Amino acid sequence: MSELTREQVRHVAKLARLDLSDDELDRFTGQLAGILDHAARVSALDTEGVPPTAHPFPMVNVLRPDVPRPSLDRAEVLACAPDAQDGRFRVPRILEDEA
Amino acid sequence: MSGSPTASERDTDLTSRSAAGLAAAVRSGEVSAREVVDAHLARIEALDGSVHAFLHVTADVARARADALDAQRRSDGPESLPPLAGVPVAVKDVLCTRGVPTTCGSRILEGWRPPYDATVVSRLEASGAIALGKANMDEFAMGSSTENSAFGPTRNPWDLGRVPGGSSGGSAAAVAAGFAPLALGTDTGGSIRQPAALCGVVGVKPTYGRVSRYGVVAFASSLDQVGPFARTVEDAALLLEAVWGHDPADSTSIPTPCEPILPGLQRGVAGLRVGVVRELTEVDGIQPEVSAALEQAVKLLEQAGATVDTVSVPSAVYGLPAYYLIAPAEASSNLARFDGIRYGLRIVPGDPGSANAAAMNGATRHAGFGAEVKRRIMLGTYALSAGYYDAYYGQAQRVRTLIIRDFDRAYKHFDVLLSPTTPTTAFALGDKVEDPLAMYLSDVCTIPTNLAGAAAMSIPAGLDGSGLPIGVQVLAPGLGEAVMFRVARALELGFGFGAMAARGGPA
Repeated sequence: MSELTREQVRHVAKLARLDLSDDELDRFTGQLAGILDHAARVSALDTEGVPPTAHPFPMVNVLRPDVPRPSLDRAEVLACAPDAQDGRFRVPRILEDEA
Repeated sequence: MSGSPTASERDTDLTSRSAAGLAAAVRSGEVSAREVVDAHLARIEALDGSVHAFLHVTADVARARADALDAQRRSDGPESLPPLAGVPVAVKDVLCTRGVPTTCGSRILEGWRPPYDATVVSRLEASGAIALGKANMDEFAMGSSTENSAFGPTRNPWDLGRVPGGSSGGSAAAVAAGFAPLALGTDTGGSIRQPAALCGVVGVKPTYGRVSRYGVVAFASSLDQVGPFARTVEDAALLLEAVWGHDPADSTSIPTPCEPILPGLQRGVAGLRVGVVRELTEVDGIQPEVSAALEQAVKLLEQAGATVDTVSVPSAVYGLPAYYLIAPAEASSNLARFDGIRYGLRIVPGDPGSANAAAMNGATRHAGFGAEVKRRIMLGTYALSAGYYDAYYGQAQRVRTLIIRDFDRAYKHFDVLLSPTTPTTAFALGDKVEDPLAMYLSDVCTIPTNLAGAAAMSIPAGLDGSGLPIGVQVLAPGLGEAVMFRVARALELGFGFGAMAARGGPA
């Protein structure tokens, strides 16, 4: 089932916002192919008509009283951030080449 | 030499006692909470340089808490003390502790001090237990040896050349080495039971949803569960009962009341039906001494009046492959939050003036995550990506349904199930670092329980020829903790390991 190429690994890393070195790309291509080969054993089971399980005890519409309560202190939370300004998280630019 | 014991003899005595024994001694006034805490801190100071169970020791906070409890006893009397007053606990570093570093064994969270406590940490404090520090772990709980910690591995107290198991290896080693009689860990695919087996202690993975996950840094949200480590079955029950129960802050926590464990703990196993799971017992590469220990467990339960038979859970053999699709898929989503924006590490590549956020994300995650975390993020992203979703992730979720159905069928005929916890005893450091799949296989017996959302625990079942601990696993249906603990207690009496486990640890 898995014909994993180095290019695919590079693409998946991009999707995951994860820079990989050339050495990591080489190593992971082989290792991930091996793990996926093992994982592909799940295809041996006939699951026709079997519903998927996303959660062992499905609970829906879990409600609590709608009562205001204090949230985390903003200054304390922002103190954990790599960069903050004017009560907000500060990040490098998000859009390319715009003023 | 006769007369009163020396200070170090006194410390050794205190650090080998059970949590129940220490709580009783503090309540009766035989020892102060401060003496108990000081004895354990002294042992950590003396021996953790070689074991490395802790990433961070909170000695000053622990002493202040002990002094406060001692003052409360003097002013309000022993009856005012909470149940675990003065009992030291090690806390896995995946649990948020307000103002105390919480790294998950990762560079990406180095130096982070959470602005809140996990619910289990608050409940621990309310029970009177005293956290001594944060226990080492595989990075983000991904691993089976604690070698994936960014801050260096933990070593097995029974043999410092061997791994303690993982991912909660620091918690297991801390209890085995006498650094604390209790510890909290998390179990996503075996991360409490496997290190408990390798370190010769009791480790419990409660029913999914029985213990709050609020403030537990998420790995695989449909599988993660917090649970206790201890040197006795009773102590494990004490800690579990201190932290479990519904939490409005975790919408997946089960609202039904918990059936208490301790009142029925000594009821014995007469009349109980025990099934030995064939698929988890006849696994490739199983060590003959592990099989022999399981046979011994069967004999002990039969002698105690249980009926034992073998049972088949056919789809359990697909647990490992299904897990290595589901867990990484959930992890790749959960770990997206480590993006260099709100907390933790930020690496801005190139000229800061021209860098953009996406480049910062990629560089931060490259520098902050270790190899195993990167592998799992990649696996999960791939398994969820277009064109592969149904064949990998979708199929794994359907296999999960089959595993649940097979366990349900088995529990129609049996009250609890039995298997080895791990195919082998502790392996040498470095043995499996370069072979991820071989590492994964050490969780083959524990993973199906997580997929089913059920309960299971590992208890010590003697030593192999090299003097290394063997674990036996008792499995129970969801919310079946009380009967599971009864069986574990019967095995504890049969194997007679209570005193032996306490001697584990460097001489």
